[in-house]
Amino acid sequence: MIIYLLCFILFLVGLYGVISKRNLIKIIISIAIMEYSINLFFILIGYVEGGTAPIITKGFENAKFVDPLPQAMILTSIVIGLATTALLLAVAIRIYQKYGTFDINKIKDLKG
Amino acid sequence: MKGMTFIVKKITQIICPIIFMFGLYIIVHGHLSPGGGFAGGVIMAGAFILQILANGKILPKLRKEEEGLEFMESAAILGFLILAGLGLLISGGVVFFANFLDKGELGKLISGGFIPIENIVIGAEVCAAIATIFIAMVVYKDEEKK
Amino acid sequence: MNSLIPLFIIIPLGSAFVMVILGRFIKNFNKFITPIFMLSLVYLTFHFIINSEGSLIYLVGGHEPVGDVPIAIYLVMDGLTKLILLVISLVGFLAIFYSLSYTKQYTAERKFYVLFSLMIAGMNGVVISGDIFNIFVFLEIAALSSYALIAFGVEKHQLEASFKYQVLGGVASLVILFAIGFIYWNTGTLNIADISRQLNVNSNSLASVGVFLKFISVLLIAGFGLKAAIFPFHSWLPDAHSSAPSPISAMLSGVLIKAVGIYVIIRLFFNMFPLSYELSMTITVLGTISMIIGGLLAIGQWDIKRMLAYSSISQIGYIVLGLGIGMLVLATGGDKAVAALSITGGLFHLLNHSIFKGLLFLSAGAVEYRTGTRDMRKMGGLSEVLPITSRTSLIGSLAISGIPPFNGFFSKLIIIIAAIQAQYYVLAFLAVIVSVITIAYFMKLQKYTFYNNDGSKWKDKKIKEVPFSMSFSMILLSILCVILSLLVIPEVRSVFLQPAVDVLINATDYSTNILGI
Repeated sequence: MIIYLLCFILFLVGLYGVISKRNLIKIIISIAIMEYSINLFFILIGYVEGGTAPIITKGFENAKFVDPLPQAMILTSIVIGLATTALLLAVAIRIYQKYGTFDINKIKDLKG
Repeated sequence: MKGMTFIVKKITQIICPIIFMFGLYIIVHGHLSPGGGFAGGVIMAGAFILQILANGKILPKLRKEEEGLEFMESAAILGFLILAGLGLLISGGVVFFANFLDKGELGKLISGGFIPIENIVIGAEVCAAIATIFIAMVVYKDEEKK
Repeated sequence: MNSLIPLFIIIPLGSAFVMVILGRFIKNFNKFITPIFMLSLVYLTFHFIINSEGSLIYLVGGHEPVGDVPIAIYLVMDGLTKLILLVISLVGFLAIFYSLSYTKQYTAERKFYVLFSLMIAGMNGVVISGDIFNIFVFLEIAALSSYALIAFGVEKHQLEASFKYQVLGGVASLVILFAIGFIYWNTGTLNIADISRQLNVNSNSLASVGVFLKFISVLLIAGFGLKAAIFPFHSWLPDAHSSAPSPISAMLSGVLIKAVGIYVIIRLFFNMFPLSYELSMTITVLGTISMIIGGLLAIGQWDIKRMLAYSSISQIGYIVLGLGIGMLVLATGGDKAVAALSITGGLFHLLNHSIFKGLLFLSAGAVEYRTGTRDMRKMGGLSEVLPITSRTSLIGSLAISGIPPFNGFFSKLIIIIAAIQAQYYVLAFLAVIVSVITIAYFMKLQKYTFYNNDGSKWKDKKIKEVPFSMSFSMILLSILCVILSLLVIPEVRSVFLQPAVDVLINATDYSTNILGI
């Protein structure tokens, strides 16, 4: 149980970073941390005590496997995370070109 | 962008083909061992990125490369979609993503129906996509300097 | 018939990648192909609405269920799906037809259409999928392309709005993923119908399910509520929707927040979770608050698109209010007819809002296209130089403020009547008050933008009416504003709205229909 809690704490660490940090790049890193904590959580859900990688090979057709579905989901979510992070970074670079800073206190033209 | 020193260039020259082949190996054995299209594609893209980082490249050439990769990415996705559509046609217009090839013997390299082909297509797509992202950011950076 | 269901995803996704390849070689290929495939989607939707009944299921890959455990990815087409698909394809077609002239100002015009197609593919996927993880994947496709589209002009404000939206949307997506993980942990399945069966049938066997259910519900409301911009998760919407290119604002405000926000919330909380009083109350209260807050904040705005964006929050509140009252009545075991009326009102307003908010954003875009400003204080007298835009904008404003005979009047009336019949007099009163507030700020918009002076300032600048493709979309949408009020006639309603309402009223039938058990 403790390991799930640690996972949740990692998620909260990421959330804290998103809320409190003032640097665009640090915010992006915080989002990545949140994402990894969830990936870890999924892997933990699918883990079976003493299980092996869920690939059927000759001679091991009936071996004890871990649950493959969370792993498939994680692979998908990693791909999505890659796209999200890439887009965030691209926009951050463009923002730096326009505003000349990564500090979100100085990037606040939109208000009201 | 500018290249690096001679040592880095030389080592890259030796190591890049090995990384590339390893990525290819992982893609081709995707249906037999852990890994597959995505992991192998990322490794192949890694070889590509290492090569650009070490040797450097001028901006117009990078742009051209980006266009080519963009084309490859879309073509790979279309290939994937066509494979799925082919399943739809062969199964008589009922099952999208039907595995229409012979599934073969368990554990052999050529087995699993069209899953290895899909793995290869995904590998090409992931490799192209990651390299595109990398080059796009390099191009941004080079444009900013001017 | 069933095998046509995946086409809703294949057509936009396939065309997006064909466009990347062929668009480079053939000039204007993208501009040509996008309206055509959107039109084919409109046709397909009408085909399904008229010719099919009940819920159709499609198993991707053809994997039949093993025993009674579904293993394939399910695509589900039922009444609610058809209604949302109609909204997506109709508004999408008109928005893309409008963009044909509007996008001439951008250098990377080709990519606009590619991203648009991806967004359509994502939204169609969310609506059509019967599997909770697939909903997440398609939601991310739609969200990512919308982030990119908001920043499409690469100007200061657009980038800032896009970054804000990306950070909040990213956190929301992760919260949703977290909830999906919990659901899988507890039920061992991802299929919505199967989860619903597990929660309804086996709820006693899982000792901890009550606590988990509340936790999962809270996570899901937070995640999808942020996507739908319900109070208190609305702060990104005014920035994002006002900075985006106008056809995209119309798509985001008109369709995206409904398809990936409201639709998923009602699908999950009606059809997947067992209805509970606390949750229905939470949703209703959040809807009511966003209705009031959005309305009040809209009054003070001087940026024309920003005002419309705040108005979206307010109108989303109306939709959630209608659906929430229906949930409350069903959860407390009240009269099903009242719940049906309330849900009808909510869904009717969803359909109407996508039409008139699309129209208003397109009109605002036309004004911006010709005058180059979004500040109402610098406008005035535009009705002299932009007659068509002025008329269509007036029709949109009348419809959204609830003036008969336009569609907005009827949907608001149905919601208010339902609230009175369900004896939530306070909510009915608040709905009326917000309706008055709506009239107030749309009068302000009309006065300062189109009237107020004789427009000599604009005549001197030789401003002409907008091009054909833009005015065509706006005229068609304003005609739809009138036509949709025909949906109050029971015969018409039974074709378009009633199937959707039936799906939500008979909440637990969803899983039995799909699993066939």
